Amino acid sequence: MAETSTPFIGRSVKPHKTSRFLIGRGVYVSDIRLPNMLHAALVRSIHAHARICGIDVQRALRLDGVAGVWTGHDIQDQVALFPESFEIHPRPWLEGVKPTLQGPRPAALAQRKVHYVGEPVAIVVAEDRHRAEDAVDEIAVEYEELRVVVDPSEALKAGATLVHDDSQNNIVFSFKVNKGNIDQALRDAPYTLRERFRHHRYCAAPLECRGVVAWVEPKTNILTIWSSTQMPHLVRRQIAAQLNLPEETVRVIAPDIGGGFGPKVFVYPEEILVPFLALQLGRPVKWIEDRREHFISTAHGRDQVHDVELAFDETGLILGLRDQFLLDNGAYNPMGLTDAYNTAAHLQGPYKIPNLSVSGTCVSTNKVPNAPYRGAGRPEAVFVMERCMDLIAAKLSLDPAEVRRRNFVQPEEMPYHAGILYRDGEPICYDSGNYPETLAQALKVAGYEELRKQQEDLRRRGRYLGIGIGCYVEGTGVGSFEGAKVRIDPSGQIVIATGATGHGQGHETIFAQIAADLWGVSPEEVRLVEGDTASIQFGCGTFGSRSTVNVGSALFEASARLKEKVLQLAAHLLEANRDDLEFGNGKVFIRGMPQRSLSFSELARAAVPGWASKLPDGLEPGLEETFYFVPATVTWANAAHVAVIEVDSDTGEIKLLDYVVSHDAGKLINPLLVEGQIHGGVAQGIGAALYEEICYDPNGQLLSGSFMDYLLPGSMEVPKIKTVHLESPSPLNPLGIKGLGEGGAIAPPAAIANALADALLPFTVQVNDIPLSPHRVLEIIRRK
Amino acid sequence: MIAKRAIELTVNGKQCEGLVEPRLSLADFLRDHLGLTGTHLGCEQGICGSCTVLFNGETVRSCLLLAVQANEGEVLTVEGLAGLAKGGEPLHPIQQGFLETVGFQCGFCTPGFLLTVYELLSENPSPSEAEIREQLSGNLCRCTGYQNIVAAVLWAAERLRAKSDR
Repeated sequence: MAETSTPFIGRSVKPHKTSRFLIGRGVYVSDIRLPNMLHAALVRSIHAHARICGIDVQRALRLDGVAGVWTGHDIQDQVALFPESFEIHPRPWLEGVKPTLQGPRPAALAQRKVHYVGEPVAIVVAEDRHRAEDAVDEIAVEYEELRVVVDPSEALKAGATLVHDDSQNNIVFSFKVNKGNIDQALRDAPYTLRERFRHHRYCAAPLECRGVVAWVEPKTNILTIWSSTQMPHLVRRQIAAQLNLPEETVRVIAPDIGGGFGPKVFVYPEEILVPFLALQLGRPVKWIEDRREHFISTAHGRDQVHDVELAFDETGLILGLRDQFLLDNGAYNPMGLTDAYNTAAHLQGPYKIPNLSVSGTCVSTNKVPNAPYRGAGRPEAVFVMERCMDLIAAKLSLDPAEVRRRNFVQPEEMPYHAGILYRDGEPICYDSGNYPETLAQALKVAGYEELRKQQEDLRRRGRYLGIGIGCYVEGTGVGSFEGAKVRIDPSGQIVIATGATGHGQGHETIFAQIAADLWGVSPEEVRLVEGDTASIQFGCGTFGSRSTVNVGSALFEASARLKEKVLQLAAHLLEANRDDLEFGNGKVFIRGMPQRSLSFSELARAAVPGWASKLPDGLEPGLEETFYFVPATVTWANAAHVAVIEVDSDTGEIKLLDYVVSHDAGKLINPLLVEGQIHGGVAQGIGAALYEEICYDPNGQLLSGSFMDYLLPGSMEVPKIKTVHLESPSPLNPLGIKGLGEGGAIAPPAAIANALADALLPFTVQVNDIPLSPHRVLEIIRRK
Repeated sequence: MIAKRAIELTVNGKQCEGLVEPRLSLADFLRDHLGLTGTHLGCEQGICGSCTVLFNGETVRSCLLLAVQANEGEVLTVEGLAGLAKGGEPLHPIQQGFLETVGFQCGFCTPGFLLTVYELLSENPSPSEAEIREQLSGNLCRCTGYQNIVAAVLWAAERLRAKSDR
């Protein structure tokens, strides 16, 4: 790199590139307006489980401004079923873990039977949204109600009602992974404990609900879809497959996305239906989900019950762990075993566990589908393991921090093999990190020793201060790939296209910083194009703390290739030796002779075909290279969270006094944006621990269907979060990056539950369930 | 067919007219009739605050106010906020504060926050952090954890005070 350029990687560059959001110029799906556009609304099931006996659409069709109504029966020959969700898992993992798979395939509109309240039954298209909703009210669906399954343990019993008619039982997926000999470890251990932990159902609740606009451009016949998705290429692939179209004629654009957090990572019925209707009607069609619909149609997350047996010795060292857990899938699970296996893969955390057995069972129930949400199986695992750490400490009267220190994988043991496969099919290997130091930093910032003294004093006065720790490791940057197409525009601008698509993370800023360093330009001279299938042939998307790792690495490799071509061209034009050339200030120049240079603009204008070409023999026109980065496996980030709370033993109210995050995500690209990711993740984790809960009644009716019932934390509930950054570079990619988007959300339920148990130590309570709402805290105290 | 009504209001200093169904919300009027899509709808139940605009100088949930109720009123949306910046600056100090401290991520809730902060700082030029948090408690953000939004308000308050001193 030329000495004239300043490194931008590692600097807190402000997000000027997204300042459109500050002046009302973001363009989200609901902001897209096309001439002659129609509007769709859905009839959704009002029953959790019922047969559809008939649908009368006549009154709706007679309404003014209604363009049509489609039912499951109407589309069944033209719209294929969704694929089996386990198709997403790689073969080495399927062969290594040998899970049982029984994947029901949903239809875009219910066929004969509905499986949850909210399932799409019919779709109306009208001249405006009001008229479409008026028509929905006029559609009469006759149902025959069936027995409802809402409790996953009931769903497992012999003779239980089957959620899906053609299945053998309600088990959709199951697997078991082992290392060592857990039976013997439990038999021989000086201490064992047996606990049941429950991590409840809650949801991502991005402030922008989902939405789809579709239009067929008449000249090219290209079906263009704007969707609020984290995965435009996947949406394209599935629309093409389900509507039987060549992929070439389908273009999917993810415009500005008002938050994703996971549930926008797979394809929903509306993303198939709206394009189908645009094709049928020859007019643009728009559907925007409202919040009421969002709660009954967009996937929920978590919802696991763990039965754990733990073996440990008198010093607090873990000898073995057996965990058998149930995951309540809801009616469908579009992401296969992603969450369930993530739980297994992250259960051991930063600790050495010689004997392990984890079995996961995913069960169908008559609820909204369950799918990945920020952390995707990890917060559940961390809740279990971190509660266990504190239970060991309580049993042996040890400091919880000390128990962790004794069990940590030590820095000199890196790389550390955890003994089971990751979900990419590779053996889990912690690549770098210093877990004891991460915790030490968190404790230092929290003032741990002082807090312990304070706690003693307050207890004597009948006040209950609690300090809770939550440590975790996170596999980040998962494959299977992500690409970057790097091009030098004739203006001299560096243009990057990628299949990842950010939704608030700051991709425009961070990828510009990386490209700026690679090319010796400023970030202002870099432009990012993402979220458009027309801009790059292949793409995965943004989820699972993966984009900076995969796109950053692809950008590095594509740039290295393109720079080689640029050097060859510049050497020819400057009549210099390629090895004597350098990059800097948007130019290529001869070392020591900066006046003999060519700007990127001059080079791009020379690299054209035809009369204006100045290319030497053997070089193809165009300054453009594409590289698809396929990571060898994930790279492991880690963190330690400390929550400090005070609990009112009379009201059950928990007050968060302090929250500290000590975090290691390898080389940081932009610390300011990293902080934002951590703050936001922690806020969501606080919501999970204290406020948010999806509740169903025994008939499968959703009880928490608005922001009045489903409480998101606000500015009064989220405290100031203190952060410390450690940087153990990843050896697995050229920039040493690890992922961090999910991290903040992973540990708060564990840390806050531990803080509560710690605060209430004099009462010897059990804190095995969340959320810790005041009434549940009072129950915990009374149950002691 | 429901009879439409004629309305007339001032939006961001400009006189606007419309012929609307009585059931049309002010938010839908701003977005669909005037093309001012900076006002966002996050819940349409008056809880999330994304649709917050200023109506006759006070914050309202434009999803809960009907367009006909806004007849003859004065509305300020996010699109009009930058126009209130002094000295021809491209961003209002509040918007600048959100940029300096990264008080936004996905941007969806941002316009509602900006207008809530505008009202706050008009009434209280030197709010404490606790006052800011209380005032912002009616707006939900799912990305930032609020910390940088609070910092943005403190930044903007200081800048606005410095300007009024000059």
